[in-house]
Amino acid sequence: MKILKMVGVLALLACAIIFPQVFTDPTVTTIGVFTLIFAAVATGWNILGGYSGYISLGHIAYFGIGAYAMAIFCLHWNIPGGYEPFSLVPLAAVIAAVVSIPLGWIALRVRRHTFIVITIAMFFIMQLLAYNLIWLTNGSTGLGLPLPVSWGGYFYNYPFYYAALILLVIATLVSWWIRNSKFGLGLLAIRDDEDRALGLGVKTGASKLAAFVIAAFFAGAAGAIYAYFVESIYPATIFDPNFDVAVVLMVFLGGLGTLPGPILGALILEPLQQYLNLQYGEAGYNLIILGGIFLLVMLLLPRGILPTLQDMWTKYRSMREQESPLQAEGGIVITALPGVGRSTAGRAESAPTAIAPNQNEPGEGINV
Amino acid sequence: MGLIIEAIVTGILTGGVYALMSSGLTLIFGVMDIINIAQGILVILGAYLSYVLQQQLHIDLFLGLLITMPVMFGFGVLIEFVFIRPLKRDRTMLSLLVMYGLALVIEGVLNLIFSADLVQLQGWYTTASFNVAGFYLSYIYVFGFLLAVVLLAGLYWLVYRTKFGFSLRASMQNRVAAELIGIDVERVSAITFGIGIALAAAGGMAFGATNAFDAASSYDLISRVLAIIIFGGMGSLSGALIASVGMLVVEDVTSVVWSPVWASTVFFILLVIILVVRPQGLLGQAEVRKQ
Repeated sequence: MKILKMVGVLALLACAIIFPQVFTDPTVTTIGVFTLIFAAVATGWNILGGYSGYISLGHIAYFGIGAYAMAIFCLHWNIPGGYEPFSLVPLAAVIAAVVSIPLGWIALRVRRHTFIVITIAMFFIMQLLAYNLIWLTNGSTGLGLPLPVSWGGYFYNYPFYYAALILLVIATLVSWWIRNSKFGLGLLAIRDDEDRALGLGVKTGASKLAAFVIAAFFAGAAGAIYAYFVESIYPATIFDPNFDVAVVLMVFLGGLGTLPGPILGALILEPLQQYLNLQYGEAGYNLIILGGIFLLVMLLLPRGILPTLQDMWTKYRSMREQESPLQAEGGIVITALPGVGRSTAGRAESAPTAIAPNQNEPGEGINV
Repeated sequence: MGLIIEAIVTGILTGGVYALMSSGLTLIFGVMDIINIAQGILVILGAYLSYVLQQQLHIDLFLGLLITMPVMFGFGVLIEFVFIRPLKRDRTMLSLLVMYGLALVIEGVLNLIFSADLVQLQGWYTTASFNVAGFYLSYIYVFGFLLAVVLLAGLYWLVYRTKFGFSLRASMQNRVAAELIGIDVERVSAITFGIGIALAAAGGMAFGATNAFDAASSYDLISRVLAIIIFGGMGSLSGALIASVGMLVVEDVTSVVWSPVWASTVFFILLVIILVVRPQGLLGQAEVRKQ
């Protein structure tokens, strides 16, 4: 089973590597680049939002910081177009991560709704700063990045495509590692019951902040590649609230808290969005169609594709084998117990320890 | 000095208008535990409704509210029924995304109908001004403020003096317990949502009469209104009022003594400082552990 999984993952990776060689049309590869960039952001975001349960609706702020850091470095150090700017991507990501430390510290003092709203507010602060710090960001005139003149034709997208692919692979590996580490287990415990996790000795404050900063790091790296790809950046196009919600929707569509969920969501949503923009952007229908799809996804598939499929699979298995609904697979426990309580029933995967005490608690029968 | 006093007065007057928008949002949050991210575009929708009534039927802006507010109330109840009520799990997050999707649709429709050109609501009072103690005050600021005072007084009366208000506050305090003592929480939620949207429409009219707007103005609005309700404490009506007036006064004074460019930034910095000292906002209640 494990070998089968490995082969599957490697085959997918091979497909991703070959993809631009097969579909050489620049329009297609452009969509590919955007998809990979946002898949990386979504994978990073999932470490915070999916594992620790802290839904940040402002993580595109760090995407923007990465983008601006990239542009500013290129300008100040007179970096010519070509492969050199890619070496600045880690630096831009570190800048985004460093900025996210104090902001995360402030935001993570509150939970749930207030956290969401504070992250949105921080996003808008960053947008305002990009407009107003004219000496640094050139205000609404925007900044230009070096043009890789030697790359022409269909080859132009390739370096960006592979850079984004490498970033996505790194993000996925980090996400996988966290998912299977003690740190990740702590994050899951925070998601299920933060106070209890603290009581059990999880360093909740440090863990949350670490997840926040890791998510910001990947957002920053993706932003840097994005900035170099689109060549010129403006506060309105980089700090775009639509990006923000798109990333969250990708994760929700694929499956919150699952490893491949964000990538699956990005693979579906980003090409769709690009296609709608290309096809209907002129007529102005793109927002209406996008919003409509949004509503449909949320109302019909509120748990995301992967958890829904997993549920169906578990049900099918238990129906056939008349086994207990708990199925252990590769160390991850999939729960499909109805009515276990709000905090656990809604999630596809949760640590088994979190379920047991909840079952006998008084008041759990009252479900609002 | 005179300029600063004038800025403070304008800040208080326009703050009333923002109080209309943010009180609706904070009320919805308090009762239903959801963040209505579409509040910004609904404010703009209200402004466009007033615009249509005035352009097509030549109805005065303030009289037009008698039509737009009930219409928007109905729209709010409908939204609650169609989009919020079916969400049974993970309501906070899903409702946020659903409302964002709805906001996108409304924005797209408004862009199609009205195009992206800026419009501003017109009336005899939008351009005229009068002289008080050496300052020129525009009538629309005063009228907008009076409208806000009347509507907010009505809201306070509704929330604190009527039977519906008791149900509403009970649902705010504890949804399950309210349900157990026989309050129809779903009905209260629907009506609250309607009231929140109707207030947004009134705020939209006053906003549209003082600012040129298009559908994209909603992003700026929602960021301000969200900042206001965090500042005041989420779910706190009085907090929203204080924060609205405070924000607008800070912005107007900053634009006079420093520069208009930094007006909102200064407010946001104040917001961050407040959050460091008091994470739950001015009048918000500290979060308790939810079981």
